[in-house]
Amino acid sequence: MWRILKQIVKNGVRTEPAPESNDDWRVAQAEPERIRAELLAILGRALTIRLVDAGSCNGCELELNALTNPYYNIEGLGIKFVASPRHADMLMVTGPVSRNMVVALQRTWQAMPAPKLVVAVGDCGCSGGLFGESYASCGKVANVIPVDVAIPGCPPPPLDLLRGILTAIRSRK
Amino acid sequence: MPLAALDCRFETLPGPLPMQRATVTRQQWRAAPAAVAAVGGRLVSLWGSDRRGLDGGFAVSAAYALGEGLVWLSLPIAVVAQPSYPDIARTFPAAGRMQRACRDLLGLVAEDAVDQRPWLRHGAWPEDYFPLRREHGGLESFAAAPESYPFVRVEGDGVHEIAVGPVHAGIIEPGHFRFSVVGERVLRLEQHLGYTHKGIEKLFERTAPLEGHYLAGRVSGDTTVAYAWAYCMALESLAGVEISWRARWLRALLLERERVANHLGDLGALGNDAALGFGLAQFSRLKEDWLRLNRELFGHRFLMDRVVPGGVATDLDVTSGERMRRQCDEIEVEVRTLKDIYEEHGGLQDRFLTTGRVSPKLAAQLGLCGMAGRASAQASDLRMDFAWEPYAALQATMASHRNGDVAARVTVRIEEIFESLRLIREIVARLPKGKPLSTPGALPANGIGAGWVEGWRGDVLVTLELEAGGIRRCHCHDPSWQNWPLLEHAVMDNIVPDFPLINKSFNLSYSGQDL
Repeated sequence: MWRILKQIVKNGVRTEPAPESNDDWRVAQAEPERIRAELLAILGRALTIRLVDAGSCNGCELELNALTNPYYNIEGLGIKFVASPRHADMLMVTGPVSRNMVVALQRTWQAMPAPKLVVAVGDCGCSGGLFGESYASCGKVANVIPVDVAIPGCPPPPLDLLRGILTAIRSRK
Repeated sequence: MPLAALDCRFETLPGPLPMQRATVTRQQWRAAPAAVAAVGGRLVSLWGSDRRGLDGGFAVSAAYALGEGLVWLSLPIAVVAQPSYPDIARTFPAAGRMQRACRDLLGLVAEDAVDQRPWLRHGAWPEDYFPLRREHGGLESFAAAPESYPFVRVEGDGVHEIAVGPVHAGIIEPGHFRFSVVGERVLRLEQHLGYTHKGIEKLFERTAPLEGHYLAGRVSGDTTVAYAWAYCMALESLAGVEISWRARWLRALLLERERVANHLGDLGALGNDAALGFGLAQFSRLKEDWLRLNRELFGHRFLMDRVVPGGVATDLDVTSGERMRRQCDEIEVEVRTLKDIYEEHGGLQDRFLTTGRVSPKLAAQLGLCGMAGRASAQASDLRMDFAWEPYAALQATMASHRNGDVAARVTVRIEEIFESLRLIREIVARLPKGKPLSTPGALPANGIGAGWVEGWRGDVLVTLELEAGGIRRCHCHDPSWQNWPLLEHAVMDNIVPDFPLINKSFNLSYSGQDL
């Protein structure tokens, strides 16, 4: 226990400030904008997110996992990844949607309560990416369920993911 | 000459590792598995191809790893209503799922195979559509008719099933796990994968050979360096191109950085899955430091697209090398501290020890490979199995363990981190001079090559065939194919709450096996 405490004290708090949102990535039409200063106020309430990997290469999952490290400390911002879509305000979807995942993705989306925010993650989620559409892939997430915000990148780094999440929250404000 | 008893004519495929290829008869194909097993060899991969219009009908290939190197056997199959080949899963059970995938993608049937259920086809395309056949462009789309998968039922008093997935509780890839349990004890686990199948192998046919490394680098994102290297090795093997010494050493540097990043991440997650959140916070901090330096020095956190045909798309100057060396020193000190904390933590060790055990015997029987294999006494690692540069010059040493439990996999990962840190520092200190990239000249229009690289999970194989300047067939093999079935065995008789921990200790790729 002593060594654990020593290690914790030695390393201190590494959390860095949160980024701002990016309106360029907004896909759905939203209500009139609120001022940027509200950003952290909005995050004052908890936001719950359900992730569905609909066919990614797992690169985007690496960066989504990085959001929970002490530098980005996403739970410290009041954002939590949850196990059930029934507990989620937001759905993040990675990958081109493989045809084998269509039903699972649709059911997850249907199981969510309002506001059913949807964020497509990564170049594949935005456009189908390298994989596009084929006998096995439906391409971008918006081909299968309605999308609010699409975050580009292969994979998008954690700060871009955070910006995308904030953008999506503001899009329904 | 490997497999002399088979009496077939081998051609050598140029490359840094010893690789040979032969076309075999049905009789030789049938005799090969026993001959390979007799000398302690293992199955690396099995895949099919459509060779109509090239030199006959269909073909099924098997790649075996022997002491002498990789042996790639290809069996021509006549075009008949139901093309088929002799089953090899009786000797190498790992072939079972690969044979089922081969049927789904090409309609080639393994004769008398025990399990004939579909594997990658879930009903999103019809049973008589075989995407890898030449008559299909791969862009067809069909009305989905999802089929229910016939899981094996466990009968008995008090047995019930827990169905998990394809959408899992955490931030992970999709797949279905069907547990048959009594109380909280797992009697049986059956996996159903293929959910992330996105037609990668068909897509290669529409990809330019000099751009194939982008796609190979996205077969499994956490193994992007190993796949890109294996693809480039295959292309260079095919073209007979030698890359500079500096490029070889830099590729090894990137590969070791990928290994360390993944081990750091998983060691944290393993602590977390055993209720030590401290471990996740500490290791994920180290991983983030590691990724940030990747971004600064090489332009990408996961090093995607840094390994390119002809070398590497990046270089290392003295100042950057010095920063990397310093970071290795710092991380080593931190990992040593965390290793001691993990080892002295009674609660953690209670969860790790004897949990999810794969005995060396079972590992050998079923072909457990890579890092997990080394934790179950399967001493194989391409970096050390063959004398090739730069690993021979660096005198790389292999980590291994005999216990085969979660604790053993944790130990092997930690040992591998220390060794990779040492290798990185050595590479930085002794990096040969020269150009990191020499653009390959004109590629031959036709040819066959292979690339074989020890990724952080295990050995990745890419086989490549060009025809008329385009990709005729590119097969990518992930070690997860071998190791997923072993996970089914590892969880037997464990309790359901230990499954996430056992699963994470392997951390297998879904995308890499689903393709």
